[in-house]
Amino acid sequence: MSEYKLPDVGEGLTEAEIVTWKVKVGDEIKINDVVVEIETAKSLVELPSPYAGVVTALLVPEGETVPVGTPIIRIEDGVAAPAPELDLSNPAATGGGEGESLVGRNKAERGPVRRARRRTIPEAAGEHAAKADVQDVFNAGAPQQHDQVMHLVEAVTSDIPEEAEQLPSAPVVGTVETRALAKPPVRKLAKDLGVDLGSVTPSGPEGTITRADVEGAVGMPAQYAGNPRDVAAPAEPGRLEEWREPIKGVRKMMGQAMVQSAFTAPHVTEWITVDVTRTTEFVERVRTRREFADVKVTPLLVLARACLLAIRRTPVINSRWDEDNQEIVFKRSVNLGIAAATPRGLVVPNIKSADSLSLLELAGALGDLTAVAREGRTQPAEMSGGTFTITNVGVFGVDAGTPIINTGESAILAFGATTRRPWVVRDRAGNESLEIRDVCTLALSFDHRHVDGESGSRFLADVAALMADPATALLF
Amino acid sequence: MSELLAPTPTGGPDFVQLLTPEGQRVEHPEYSFDVGEADEAEVVRGFYRDMVLTRRIDTESTALQRHGELGIWAQLLGQEAAQIGSGRALRPQDYVFPTYREHGVAYCRGVDPLRLLGLFRGVDQGSWDPRQNNFANYTIVIGAQTLHATGYAMGVQRDGAIGTGDPERDTAVIAYFGDGASSQGDVNESFVFAASYNAPVVFFCQNNQWAISEPIERQSRIPLYQRAHGFGFPGVRVDGNDVLATYAVTQAALQRAREGNGPTMVEAYTYRMGAHTTTDDPTRYRMSEELEKWKLKDPIARVKVYLTRNALADQDFFDEVETEAEQLGARLRDGCKALPDPSPLSIFDQVYVEQTDELAEQRDGYAAYLETFEGAH
Repeated sequence: MSEYKLPDVGEGLTEAEIVTWKVKVGDEIKINDVVVEIETAKSLVELPSPYAGVVTALLVPEGETVPVGTPIIRIEDGVAAPAPELDLSNPAATGGGEGESLVGRNKAERGPVRRARRRTIPEAAGEHAAKADVQDVFNAGAPQQHDQVMHLVEAVTSDIPEEAEQLPSAPVVGTVETRALAKPPVRKLAKDLGVDLGSVTPSGPEGTITRADVEGAVGMPAQYAGNPRDVAAPAEPGRLEEWREPIKGVRKMMGQAMVQSAFTAPHVTEWITVDVTRTTEFVERVRTRREFADVKVTPLLVLARACLLAIRRTPVINSRWDEDNQEIVFKRSVNLGIAAATPRGLVVPNIKSADSLSLLELAGALGDLTAVAREGRTQPAEMSGGTFTITNVGVFGVDAGTPIINTGESAILAFGATTRRPWVVRDRAGNESLEIRDVCTLALSFDHRHVDGESGSRFLADVAALMADPATALLF
Repeated sequence: MSELLAPTPTGGPDFVQLLTPEGQRVEHPEYSFDVGEADEAEVVRGFYRDMVLTRRIDTESTALQRHGELGIWAQLLGQEAAQIGSGRALRPQDYVFPTYREHGVAYCRGVDPLRLLGLFRGVDQGSWDPRQNNFANYTIVIGAQTLHATGYAMGVQRDGAIGTGDPERDTAVIAYFGDGASSQGDVNESFVFAASYNAPVVFFCQNNQWAISEPIERQSRIPLYQRAHGFGFPGVRVDGNDVLATYAVTQAALQRAREGNGPTMVEAYTYRMGAHTTTDDPTRYRMSEELEKWKLKDPIARVKVYLTRNALADQDFFDEVETEAEQLGARLRDGCKALPDPSPLSIFDQVYVEQTDELAEQRDGYAAYLETFEGAH
C-alpha cells in the first residue's frame, strides 16, 4: 500500500487544488498513468502515478485545496508500510545491549540531522495511533524482528481505510461512482445553465432528473457558486431557515465591480424591440458556407458585428470617462467584452481589436473565448482592457434587463431572447399585415456623464437596424 | 485571430528538408544525407533508437518531477531530431556548450542521464566532468554559453587545431541556444567576435517557436537564420524535426569550422510540444490547435514510417527499442530516488583547485560540529 503525496509541481508552491480525479476506487493503474488534475497558483497540471496497483482510496475531494505533502491517493501496490518511517539502523535498537532502549524511532524525531528538503506533512490520526502502537510494543520488550514490525504496520494501516472513508473523501467517491440519470437534452440544459446534475434531486420516473428539476435548481446557492465542495457536502437548504456562504473569488470581484460602476456612473437604460427574422435567415445562410464550417455562427455573432459597425458612427460609445484627468478617453479599437456565466461565476473576457476582425475571424474568436471561459481557463489579461460589452441574457430565456456597465467602459448591451411573436409587417406597397416573426429586445445602458441621449439612442437604433436587416451593413 | 498566432506552415523557401513529415525522402540541391562508409539503414535505425530513448528520458524525468522527485525539469518533447541530428554529427574532439535543455545532445556525448537528474533534483550543480565528454555544464543563464563557446573556439584556433586536414585533430565548437536567446546581448556579441576572428564555432539555434510565453513573431521580423548574414557569416534554416536534414546541415557546418572557414548559424526550425519547464503551463498562452498541427510533424513518427515503408526495420526492432526505453525509464526512476544527498562538507572541496589552509580549517571545524549530532553516521 502506497500513498502519493501532493508534490510541489512548481518551484516553491505550498498548496494546490484538486480539480478532477481521473481514476476511481477500484481502478487498476500503471506507473505514470494520469490520476488527477490539480491547479496551482501557476498552472493546471496532470499528475502521473508513481505507483502501479489498485486505487483503494481518493483521500481529497475535488475542489479542495490542500498543502504540498498531503497524501491524496492510496494505491495497493503490494508494498507495505506507508505510515511511520521506522529507523532500525539505530544502534540502540539493533545493538541490543541490556537495559538499552528498544524503541524504533520515527525518523522525524531525530532532530536537526534530518534535512528539511521535504516539507513536513500533517499526519493523519491513524499514523499517530500507529506510531504509538509500534512504540508500545517495543517498549514492552517484544523482540524487534523486522518482519514483525512489518506485520504490525500492515495491521495498523489496514485500519486506516475505514477511517478514511468517513473523511471528506467519502462524498466524492459517491459522486464519482453514481452518475446522475438524465436524458441528453436535460443534460445539455443543465450544462448550459451551469447546474451540476449530481446535486439535483430527481423527481422523474426511476430516479431520473427532469427538465423541471434542473430549472428548479437554477439559482440555488450551491449550483450558483459552482463549488464542488458545496455539492459534496450539501447544506440541504430546503430544511434550513438560512444558510451562509463566503463572498470570495470571482463573486467577490463581481460584487465590487458592480458597486463601483453603479454608484459612480449614472446609468441610463434604453431599449428597443426589433424583428430579427432577417438576421435568423442570414445566420442560416452563412452557416452553409464552407469557410464557416468550423466556427459557430449565431445571432450573437451578428449582433457583435452590428455593434462594431455602429460604434464607428458613434465613437463615444467606445470611450471612457477619466475622472482624475477630467477627460474623455476615446479608444480607436474595440476590445469587445462578452459577459459569460462560468462554473466560477460571472467573467467578462474580451476580444482584443474586435473591430479589425472579419466576420469569420470574429466567429473564431467568439468560439475560443466562450470555450476558454467555460473551462474556467480565462486569464486576467483576457478580462482587462475591455471597451464595450455585450451580455447575452437571452440564453436564460428573458426578454431584456437593465445591465450594469463594466467598470472602465461607457456602455453595455443586453441581448434578450428571440421569440416568435405577432408583428406588423409592411410590404413595399405599404400594405400592413400581421405575421409571426422572430422578435427580440435589445437594452442598452450607458454612462450619462458623457454619453447623451442622442448618442445612445442613435447607437441603439443603428444596431437594431442592422439586426432588422443585415444588408444595411453596406451603408456603414 | 488564431491564424495570426499560427506559425508559418513551412519554414520558407530556404528550408532544408530531406525527410518529409510523411516519411518520404526528398532531395536538396546543396545538402544530402551522407554517412560515408557506414550502412545508411543502420545509421537511420540508430537515429530512431536515439530519439526514442531521448524522448523516454524526457517523459520519465517530467513524471519524476510530478512525483515530487525533481525540483524542476526542462522538457524537450518535439526537439529530439534537432538534438540527435546535430549531436550525432559531432566528432569526439568537438566541444559542446549546451543550454539546460540539451538532454538529447548530452545522451549523444555519453553523459549518463542520471547525472542530468542530479542537477534538476538539486543534489549537485552538474556533476559530469566537461572534459570527459567535451560537453560543458548546463548553462542556466540565457545565451551566456554562446560567449563561452566563441572563446573556446578562439582557443582552438590558437592551438592550431583547425585546417590541418587531420580528421582526428581538426576541431569544431558548437553552441546551442534558443529563439528567445537570439534577442540576448550575449548572443549578438558572440556573433560579432566569432565573425571578426573567424572562430571555428557553429551557432545551433533550436527555434522552438516559443521563448516561454513569447512567440517567435515578437522575437524577430525576419527568419532568424538571416541574421547571420548581417554579422558576416552564413546562416541556414533546416527542418529541425527532420533528423536526416539536421544531421546533414550540422555536419557541413561543423566541417566548415574544422577546415578553418569560420562560423555558421544553423536555425533548426522545430516546436516545443511540451511546456517550457514543468513550472510552466502553455495552455495559458497558446492555442491547442497549434500543437495539433505540429504533432503531425513529429520527428520520431516520420522516421518510423520511413523505416517501415522501405522495409529497413521490422517489428522486432521497434519492440526491442521499446523494451530498451522501458528499462531506461525504470533505471531513471530507481536511480533518481537513490541519488545520494550531498555531504555538507563537499562545498569546501569545490571552491579552489588547491585547498587553502584557512578553508581547510573551516572544513574541519564544521566537520567537528556535525559530529555533535546524534546519528551523524
